[in-house]
Amino acid sequence: MELTKFEKVCEILDKYEKDPGNLIAILGGVQEEYSYLPEDVITFVATALGVTPGHVYGVATFYAHFTLEPKGKYVIKVCDGTACHVRKSGDVIKTFESELGLTETRKTSEDMLFTLEVVACIGACGLAPVITINEDVYAAMTIEKTKELVAEYKRREAEGQ
Amino acid sequence: MKKITIDNIETTFKNERNVLEVARNLGIELPTFCYQPELSIFGSCRMCLVEVEGRGILPACSTVPWEGMVIQTNTSQIRSIRKMILEMMLASHDQQCTICPKSENCRLQSFAKQHGVDEVRFQSFKPEAEKDFSSLAITRDQTKCVLCGNCVRMCDEIQSVDALKFSFRGAKAKVGTFLDKGIGFEECIGCAQCVKVCPVGALNERHNIKEVWNAVYDKNKTVVVQISPAARVTLGELFGKDAGTRVTGKIITALKRMGFDKVFDTCFAADFTVVEEGNEFLARKKKGENLPLFTSCCPGWVKFAEQNFPDLVGNLSSAKSPQQMLGSMIKDRLTTDMKIKREDLVVVALMPCTAKKFEAAREELSVNGNPDVDFVLTTNELALMIKERGLDFNKLTESELDEPFGLSTGAGIIFGSSGGVSEAVLRYAAETLEKGSTPDLKKLRADKDLKITEIKLGGETLRLGAVSGLKNARKLIEDVKSSKTKLDIIEVMACPGGCVNGGGQPRATVNKAVSKKRAGGLYNNDKVLSERISSNNPGLKKIYADMGEKKAHNLLHTHHQHRQKNKNEGYVIDETPGEKSLHLDICFGASCLKNGGQELYLGVMKHLRENNLVEKTEFKATYCMKICTKGPVLRVNGKQLEKCSVDMAIAEIKKAK
Repeated sequence: MELTKFEKVCEILDKYEKDPGNLIAILGGVQEEYSYLPEDVITFVATALGVTPGHVYGVATFYAHFTLEPKGKYVIKVCDGTACHVRKSGDVIKTFESELGLTETRKTSEDMLFTLEVVACIGACGLAPVITINEDVYAAMTIEKTKELVAEYKRREAEGQ
Repeated sequence: MKKITIDNIETTFKNERNVLEVARNLGIELPTFCYQPELSIFGSCRMCLVEVEGRGILPACSTVPWEGMVIQTNTSQIRSIRKMILEMMLASHDQQCTICPKSENCRLQSFAKQHGVDEVRFQSFKPEAEKDFSSLAITRDQTKCVLCGNCVRMCDEIQSVDALKFSFRGAKAKVGTFLDKGIGFEECIGCAQCVKVCPVGALNERHNIKEVWNAVYDKNKTVVVQISPAARVTLGELFGKDAGTRVTGKIITALKRMGFDKVFDTCFAADFTVVEEGNEFLARKKKGENLPLFTSCCPGWVKFAEQNFPDLVGNLSSAKSPQQMLGSMIKDRLTTDMKIKREDLVVVALMPCTAKKFEAAREELSVNGNPDVDFVLTTNELALMIKERGLDFNKLTESELDEPFGLSTGAGIIFGSSGGVSEAVLRYAAETLEKGSTPDLKKLRADKDLKITEIKLGGETLRLGAVSGLKNARKLIEDVKSSKTKLDIIEVMACPGGCVNGGGQPRATVNKAVSKKRAGGLYNNDKVLSERISSNNPGLKKIYADMGEKKAHNLLHTHHQHRQKNKNEGYVIDETPGEKSLHLDICFGASCLKNGGQELYLGVMKHLRENNLVEKTEFKATYCMKICTKGPVLRVNGKQLEKCSVDMAIAEIKKAK
């Protein structure tokens, strides 16, 4: 049987010699295991490093890379860089939100399938407005294409693919 | 000596750490939010901008002066920048100044006035944030914060508590606590030094004014108040008097006029603290155990010790603090003398301190749920109440303290200054060990964070240390643990300089100079008193005789505990589905982790995996089982294993099957 996630956290702590100076690397490792930074694990890491949970929270919220919320199975990144923005990425964002029941503060759908993130330029301005869902790229998005895409992912999920 | 020109005035500087200090020496008051002389330089508020010839506009606080520098501090450009900064701050500030506790004591308010801000040109956006009432000592209001970071640096650099932190970034940046749970959830010890350096209304003392008025106006209640040494030399500051002016007599009159039935002296109880602590020390010295003895009259320090140094909890003096000693003596004595029910007797304490509010609420300092001290008011709160009552403080006549807890010695008075408790204990020890000796105690009065003195008494050498500021205390404890410093008695005061600079005291811009004056007020008071050794307090002798030794011990002593650092709850470590037959609960508190808690966890997990038990096991972690000196701790199906090794755990798990 494999090591549990929590045992791996212990491994990460040992790898970085429980040095608070390595906090960012440690949090990076933890996030790789859990896909986010759970409250309990933050408290455990803080205690093991001899710093306050508030200190770890400060670092974790400073960097956009870290997330304190569990993410959905599919992470949708909508580019809102200049080129995408003028080509109406705003419509795409709104459509995802209404189709998935999300808001500005509620980023992950209740069924834990989708997480919507708005990101700055992803360097594919020629495809604007562009989005990615996990590793897949979808170009020249419109309101209709967005709706179809959501339906397609939901259908695939229902069929267990 | 190097030359510098500021606003066309030629001057010299030596080793001032920045241009701001040089300008202030010249009497040029540059406005700042984030500059606090005792803290590191942060340079975030940009209010102290100056124009440096050849370099342009630079922040004075983070610019090191150089030879021949030419500076203008008040050009029209600089003034307009300052004004704009203030407008931007105001745009994101809750501007309900009239109902803000820091009103008239707020730098944003006074700077806005000084800089002629009569409109805010930017769209107002009040940050959405709930007020934080989770602590008994401090309240927070994020909508008032200007992000100067003084509180964050104070909590870390001076107190090493680190309860307040910046979180998020950019426009969303704020001073926060872990998951915004609130400061009461954190390791905060309630010293309120953060409140003292907060230039605006974001951090405040928690007030108990309403509760106290309610008690005073309740006809069924007898309300008595005790006044601490440090408050009597600072309250005057809030009515225009110099720091260090003793206003005891006027405070008593004010309290009586406000409706308090009796006014007692906390210093009276301080004499008991000295005697109890002194005897405790002599007994420990004889047995050679639990040394060095740490004083326990500072509630901020006691909580800090309980949270961070479980192995030293036994070294804390078990003597209660003067506030609590007097509380329990008042409730014991007055309920009999005045024939009133304990519930109808309300004890209020006037303190320089917000952490005392937490102390008063400690469960162990109550009888059947009724606390020995019902409410704690800070010096600042009392000033507000005096004003609310409509009393012209400076015109009040002087009154005397009430018997039987009104008479104190000079030793009880000097408790309010760092080094004072040590000096009081030493005076008593000298009297006990070598009657008539007058040890030289000058070193304990030095204006330093750490004072160490050595004294020969009765053929023995005693070494005393008095430390203030918890970061200094932490360092001293490390030195004591590594035997680098050897001490017999250690006095710790959480606030720099001791209670004269407590979190409930009037705010001062230059803390050090003011606390020195305040301490001076206490030492002057000590000088004029006829009795200066605690054991010579006639009231004390009488009360000891009345109570008898056993009762005295019960009333005057308490116990300290291992305390979880914050209020995090336990959790299930690994969630695997299925029926669970084995329940394991491991302590992941700081001490247990330091003493091998993680290795124990990994060893047990390895055993479970090798024996295919993982899915049958529910593994829980708890933050602190409060037996920190016996860690690591593991519970196997409820059975507690202390100082648990992997082998011990495996043996128990095998048995459990």
